[in-house]
Amino acid sequence: MNVLKIATAGSVDDGKSTLIGRILYDTKSLTDDKLAAIEEKSKQRGFDYLDFSLATDGLVAEREQGITIDVAHIYFSTRKTSFIIADTPGHIEYTRNMVTGASNSQTSIILVDARNGVVEQTYRHFFINNLLRVKDVVVAVNKMDLVDFSEQKFNQIKGEIEYLTSKSEYQNQEITFIPISALHGDNVVNKSKKISWYKGLSLLDHLENIDTKTIEKTAKARFPVQTVVRPKTEENHDFRGYAGKLYGGSIAVGDQVTILPSATKSKVKSIHFFDQEYQEALRGSSINLTLEDNVNISRGDMIVKSGEEPQAIKQLDATICWMDKEPLKASEKYYIKHGVNDAQAKITSIESLIHTDFSGKEESPSQLALNEIGQVSLKVSKSLFVDRYKDNKSNGTFILINPRTNNTSGVGFIK
Amino acid sequence: MNTNIIRVGALESEAIYILREVVAQFEKPVLLFSGGKDSITLVRLAQKAFYPAKIPFPLLHVDTGHNFPETIEFRDRLVKELGVELIVRNVQDNIDAGKVKEEKGKYASRNMLQIETLLDAIEEFGFDACIGGARRDEEKARAKERIFSVRDDFGQWDEKNQRPELFDMLNGRIDLGQNVRVFPISNWTELDVWSYIQKEKIEIPSIYFAHKRKTFVRDGLIWSANDEVVYREDDEEIQERMVRFRTVGDMSCTAAVLSNAVDIDTVVDEIRISTISERGARIDDKRSEAAMEKRKQQGYF
Repeated sequence: MNVLKIATAGSVDDGKSTLIGRILYDTKSLTDDKLAAIEEKSKQRGFDYLDFSLATDGLVAEREQGITIDVAHIYFSTRKTSFIIADTPGHIEYTRNMVTGASNSQTSIILVDARNGVVEQTYRHFFINNLLRVKDVVVAVNKMDLVDFSEQKFNQIKGEIEYLTSKSEYQNQEITFIPISALHGDNVVNKSKKISWYKGLSLLDHLENIDTKTIEKTAKARFPVQTVVRPKTEENHDFRGYAGKLYGGSIAVGDQVTILPSATKSKVKSIHFFDQEYQEALRGSSINLTLEDNVNISRGDMIVKSGEEPQAIKQLDATICWMDKEPLKASEKYYIKHGVNDAQAKITSIESLIHTDFSGKEESPSQLALNEIGQVSLKVSKSLFVDRYKDNKSNGTFILINPRTNNTSGVGFIK
Repeated sequence: MNTNIIRVGALESEAIYILREVVAQFEKPVLLFSGGKDSITLVRLAQKAFYPAKIPFPLLHVDTGHNFPETIEFRDRLVKELGVELIVRNVQDNIDAGKVKEEKGKYASRNMLQIETLLDAIEEFGFDACIGGARRDEEKARAKERIFSVRDDFGQWDEKNQRPELFDMLNGRIDLGQNVRVFPISNWTELDVWSYIQKEKIEIPSIYFAHKRKTFVRDGLIWSANDEVVYREDDEEIQERMVRFRTVGDMSCTAAVLSNAVDIDTVVDEIRISTISERGARIDDKRSEAAMEKRKQQGYF
């Protein structure tokens, strides 16, 4: 079964939770007891219709304020696909949650209220989806029932977004526009009879048909070693397995490999998954490798195919999204985590603050505050073996950790 | 030598990756084992993550004393087979010592009392990472849980101040006294777990399969009739029914479902078409809409 991870984004009151509730309801993913709870609550609050947002807004504070304040994960499946939705809040102060949701997703749904059209938040959602190079983006133009299912209104929003994205750096994004009414279920799971001018697929049909080929398929093989497996038992006396997850491409028995940072060369002797051996492993697999030669390898080292080595750098240029209340400042030190490799980093300069509404940038700002995105240079305490984010997502990103609070303070995308 | 190509499934690969991160990032991890299907699945994933080495951390069972006897038998057999260390801490000890007070009456449950025993065990052994089988699809508050969830000395979950988790990167840095709750199967659904048990032919306790049991009905739910553990009113009549359990907690807070599914294939078929959620059979969750969130803030899983 395919697994499709989706991030959803929208402004306050765009009806995101209602949309998700509607999807769950129409795919019969809401169980009787959950549905009964929603019916009872809706009635208790005097609503005229079922408030599907009650299905997703999980925390007490959210129910009190009637808004979503953190990333919630929702699961449902159809015959073809297992869907995981990361429902991220739309408020400006929660940019960090949107980035988090998008970092773990293959697809994004951006909601636009048909009455309000493109608002500042829509710009920010697109900016983040661009920055993270989310390949498939769906723009769900919601509340079509409140604009009399107007094709003209829909086209106007579509035009505005197309103009917006023409300015973005990542041009291979596939954007699909769908007119919906989450409240009434038009074009969500079932095609709407009221929007006859729309010839495309319903939202769910579209999601089921997304081709989730990612850049990881063509990316070069990167195998960061998480831990070394040494059973030290009678029967496996000399076994030395390198445990890790393969990012990009594939790796096979007999492949010539280079181990970084030592630059030692060896060959793949065997590939293990649990008690079986395999000839070849494909991207995304958590496996165990053994090598022909007795090489000194420890956590954080990286095994790659010889001739496909990533660049070794101690000076990084990256776009950073800041996620901490304590701002990022030049000359501050942080822990840097690049995959499973840990080092220290010092901010050498903040080149610019990028406005997430596509309105340009500010040169040499004094700091990056919570939810701000900027171009930053860093010096790292040891060489990291990195790819550009656009070439290999997993190997082209890192996080910064505040050494005093241990908080994950920011995420970087390597240029 | 096998000429096959392997592509590990996304959910399984993610869980194995997380378990390896735990061992690499923490000094004293432990796997919280309840004898339920989720923790049994975790044990299989841990086997896979470190094979051919043994699972490099002990299992901890917080025993309420109200467990199904079948679960305890199963637990002891599994531990023996795997050759891993099992630590058992009993809620009864805290009750006897007067540290906690037991609920009495109709809906009495030792569920909340597990918290104190768990926190004591964490302190006693100095565990810095506790691996649990909670899933985000189980319940609304759990849907917001991180994979690495930081807890303070009191085991408290600060749900408004959680660390963002980006891509695969897991930040396990903590201060002395803090610990991390780790949820490797966060992204699995109930059906994913059952399908995995089916595919991997994992053995699970017999109570998960249809069997004849003395039961009574209250609030539309089927309760296990065991007068020592489960409070029963005089007019709540005992009847033998063909049932199985879909989730296994204490006898006092887990309801059974009517079923004829006697093996894993028929259980999976039943789950697939079920219209009641898994935790719909958890009496402890029905107390209020925020029951789970409140328990979690106090250190529950």
